[in-house]
Amino acid sequence: MKHIPRLVMLAGALALLALFVWPMWKIVLYAPQYPTGVEMHIWINKIGGKEPGVLQNVNILNHYVGMKFIEPDAIPELQYFQYVILFMVALGCLAALVNRGRFFLAWAVLMSLLAIAGLYDFYLWEYDYGHSLSDLAPIKIPGASFQPPLLGYKDILNFTAVSLPHVAGYFAGAGILLAYLAWWLKRKLTTSVA
Amino acid sequence: MKNRVRLERVITAMATAIVLVLTIASCGRPGGSGSALSGDEAERVYVKPGEYDEFYAFVSGGFSGQLSVYGLPSGRLFKVIPVFSVDAEKSYGFNEETKPMLNTSHGFIPWDDAHHPELSQTNGETDGRWCFINGNNTPRVARIDLTTFETAEILEIPNSGGNHSSPFATENTEYIVAGTRFGVPYPQKDVAIASYAENFKGMLSFISVHPETGHMEVAFQVLLPAFDYDLAHAGKGKSHGWTFFTTYNTELKNTLLEVYASQNDKDFIAAIDWKKAEEYIKQGKFHEIPANYAHNVYDEQSHLATSEMKDKVKVLIPSECPGLVYFMPTPKSPHGVDVDPTGEYIVGNGKLSADLSVHSFTKMLAAIKSEAYETVVEGIPVLKYEATLAGVVEKPGLGPLHTEFDGRGNAYTTFFISSEVVKWKLGTWEVLDRAPCYYSVGHLMIPGGDTRNPDGKYLVALNKITKDRFLPTGPELTQSAQLYDISGDKMKLLLDFPTIGEPHYAQGILASKIVPKSKKFYPLEGNTHPYRSMGEKDTRVERDGKVVHVYMSMIRSHFSPDNIEGIQVGDQVYFHVTNLEQDWDTPHGFAVMGANNAELLVMPGQTETLLWQPKAVGVYPFYCTDFCSALHQEMQGYLRVSAVGAEVPLKWSMGENIVE
Ligand SMILES: [Cu+2]
Repeated sequence: MKHIPRLVMLAGALALLALFVWPMWKIVLYAPQYPTGVEMHIWINKIGGKEPGVLQNVNILNHYVGMKFIEPDAIPELQYFQYVILFMVALGCLAALVNRGRFFLAWAVLMSLLAIAGLYDFYLWEYDYGHSLSDLAPIKIPGASFQPPLLGYKDILNFTAVSLPHVAGYFAGAGILLAYLAWWLKRKLTTSVA
Repeated sequence: MKNRVRLERVITAMATAIVLVLTIASCGRPGGSGSALSGDEAERVYVKPGEYDEFYAFVSGGFSGQLSVYGLPSGRLFKVIPVFSVDAEKSYGFNEETKPMLNTSHGFIPWDDAHHPELSQTNGETDGRWCFINGNNTPRVARIDLTTFETAEILEIPNSGGNHSSPFATENTEYIVAGTRFGVPYPQKDVAIASYAENFKGMLSFISVHPETGHMEVAFQVLLPAFDYDLAHAGKGKSHGWTFFTTYNTELKNTLLEVYASQNDKDFIAAIDWKKAEEYIKQGKFHEIPANYAHNVYDEQSHLATSEMKDKVKVLIPSECPGLVYFMPTPKSPHGVDVDPTGEYIVGNGKLSADLSVHSFTKMLAAIKSEAYETVVEGIPVLKYEATLAGVVEKPGLGPLHTEFDGRGNAYTTFFISSEVVKWKLGTWEVLDRAPCYYSVGHLMIPGGDTRNPDGKYLVALNKITKDRFLPTGPELTQSAQLYDISGDKMKLLLDFPTIGEPHYAQGILASKIVPKSKKFYPLEGNTHPYRSMGEKDTRVERDGKVVHVYMSMIRSHFSPDNIEGIQVGDQVYFHVTNLEQDWDTPHGFAVMGANNAELLVMPGQTETLLWQPKAVGVYPFYCTDFCSALHQEMQGYLRVSAVGAEVPLKWSMGENIVE
C-alpha cells in the first residue's frame, strides 16, 4: 500500500520512453487524389510517415505554394529534445527513489511546462512553415496561410488537414497525469497516517 | 474410283450437316439477343463508380501479342500488358532495359501471336502469383508477375515449329507445357517438304517453374510423331501427374491440310505421364542434344532485362521409355482437351465431329494395365477407343472447340460453327441448356473453370466475329467477349464488350487473390540500376568518346538536369531517367524531339534508358508526357547540339543558367 505512490511516479516517468517507440504526433492530409491520406509522423527525434516516402510527398505538395522543404536535419529540436526527455525520465526515477510528494509535484509541473513549451514550439514551427512562403511560389494565393491546425481539423485549399497526438503523445500525457496522481496519492497517504 | 469415294464422303458430310442444322434450329434458338434478355442485366454488370470488380479477367490479345486485364462483371479494361509485341507507349522493346526481353535465336523479334493465358496454381487452385502465356509464331512462353503486372520472363522453346498447345500448368505449377503445332524436321535440316512423314517430328516440352522465383527452364522434351499438337491440359486430383495433348493431322500431311488432315475418323489425345518422365530423367535415359534458344529475365531491382542463350536440351524418346506416352483415339481433329474439376473426365472436343467424346481417367489406367491396345505407333501404345470412353454427348452442336466447368457437375462447351455455348451434365451427358454467341465463339472462360475449384458464377465467351454488334469502324471490326450469368439453371447473357486484338483465351480469378499483393511503387533505395540517380545530387552528364550518358531524374515537376549543352551531332546519347517519386500512381514520361524509338514511361522508383542520336545542330526540347501534376506542362528542358568538334563544353544545370 505505502509503495503505490512511488510506483505510480515510476510508471509516469517510464511512460516517456514510449516517445522512442512510437511517433508523438501526426498530421494527416486528405484530398480526393489521396483517398487514404498522407500521414506524416512527428517523432521525438525524426519526421517520418505511415508509409515510406511520406515526407517527400508532403514536400512535393508544399512546394506548389512555395512552402519550405521540411528537412529534419535542419530542425534543432529533433536533435536535443530526446536528451531532455531522457533527463526527465532519469529525474522521475530519482523522484520515485527519494519518494517525496513535492518531488512528484515538481516533476509533474516541470513536465507540464515542457509539454506546453513543446506545443508552443510546434505552433511556431507550423506558423513558420505556413507563412514563410517563397517569392517564387508557382501558385500564389493572396492572404492565404497554409498553417496546419495545432490540434483538430482545418481545410487548407483542396486539403483537409488533421493534427492529432499519436501513440507516444498519449503516453507522455498519461505520464504527466500519473505524476500528479502520485503526488495526490502520497499526500492522501501521509494525511491519513497523521 | 478414289475420286468417287471422296465425292460420296462429301455428300454424306453435307447431309449430316443439314440434319444437324435442322436439329439445332428445331431446338428453338432465339433469333436475337433481345428475346433472351430479361431486364436486370444492367444491374448485374453495374459496378458503382469507385467500387471494384469481383474478378480480374486476363484476356489474351491473340495477334496483338499482348495480355489485357479486365474487370468482371463490368467488362472494364484496366491495362494492356506488353508481352510479345513492342509497345511504344510503355517503351517495351524500345528502351534499353526491355530490348533483351524480345531476343530469340532469330535475333530481336518485335511481334508474336499470344494465345493462352494460364494462371499459376497451388493445390489445383489459382494462386494469383503469375500469369503465363504462349507465343505461337516464334515459339516462346512468358511469365507475367501479378504484383507488378509486368512481363518478368520469356523463354524460347527449341525444336518447336509453333507453340500452340501451351502453357497449361500442372496442379502446383510444377510444369507448364509447350507442344508444337507444326511438325518440323528434327533436327532442323534442309529436306524436301514432301518427306514430311519421314523427316519431321513433333516435340512436346515440359518447362519447370521455380516455386519461389517463378524462373522457367526447359526440363525435358518428348519426341513424338509429327502430328499437329493443338491444345493441352494437365490432369488434376486423381489424374495429377499426367498432361493431355490433342492432335490433328495424324495423317502426317504437309499440304492442303483442311482436306488431307481431316480424313482420319479419329485422331489422338496424347497422355503423358510426366512423373514417369521425371523417373527416366533421374535414371539418365535422356538424350542431351544441342539446341539454341533464348532465356530472358527482367530483374525488378535493377529494372533491367538480360538475355542468355542456352545450348542444350534433354530429350526423351518414347520407344526407349515405356509407359511415358499413350494415345487415346478421339474423333475428328479434337481441338481443346479439358479435364473436369475431379480429374476423372477428359473431354475431347472433336471439332469436326457431331458428338463430344469424353474419356475416363480411371478407364484409361485400366486400359493401360490390361494392355487394351489397338496398335502401337513408334513405340507408343494406342489404347482402344471403347476402353477409355466414359460417354458421348450426342449432337450437342457443330464444331465443338473448348469446355470449361462450373464445379457443380456441369460442363460448358463452345461451338464455333453453330456459334453457341452448350451446357451439359457430366456423367449423364445430357444437354441442359444452350445460349447463342455473337458470333463464332472460340474459347470460353469461367474463373477457375479449368482448375479443381471453379468460381462458377460467370462465363465469358470469346468471339472471333462481331459484324453488326457494335458501331462500325470500317472494314476492321473489334472482336468481343460476352459475359453470361451461369449461377442459375439457364445461362443468361449479361454483357458484350470489345477486346484488344483477338481475345483468344482468358483466365479469371477473384480480385481478392491479387489486390493485396499489387505493388504501389518501386522503393528507390532498392534500385540497383547501374545508371540510376538516387537523388538530384546524383544527376550529371558523362562523355565517353561518342557515347554520352545523361543521369537524369524526374520529380514533380521538373527534370534534373533540364539544360544540357555540349552534345554533338553523331553522339549516342543515353538518357538514363530515374523517377524519384515514392508515391502511388506517380509515373512521369520522357520524350525528346527526333527520337527514333519511343517515349519512356517511368514508374516511381524506376530507371529507364532511351537512346537518342542527334542528326543536326540545334536546340531540342524534351518534356514529360504523363500528366503528372498541376505543373506538368512546365516539366520540360532543352538540349543543345553542336557540330562535331565544336568548342561548346559539356555542361548541365537545373534551376540556373549554364555559364559559358
Ligand atoms: Cu511529369
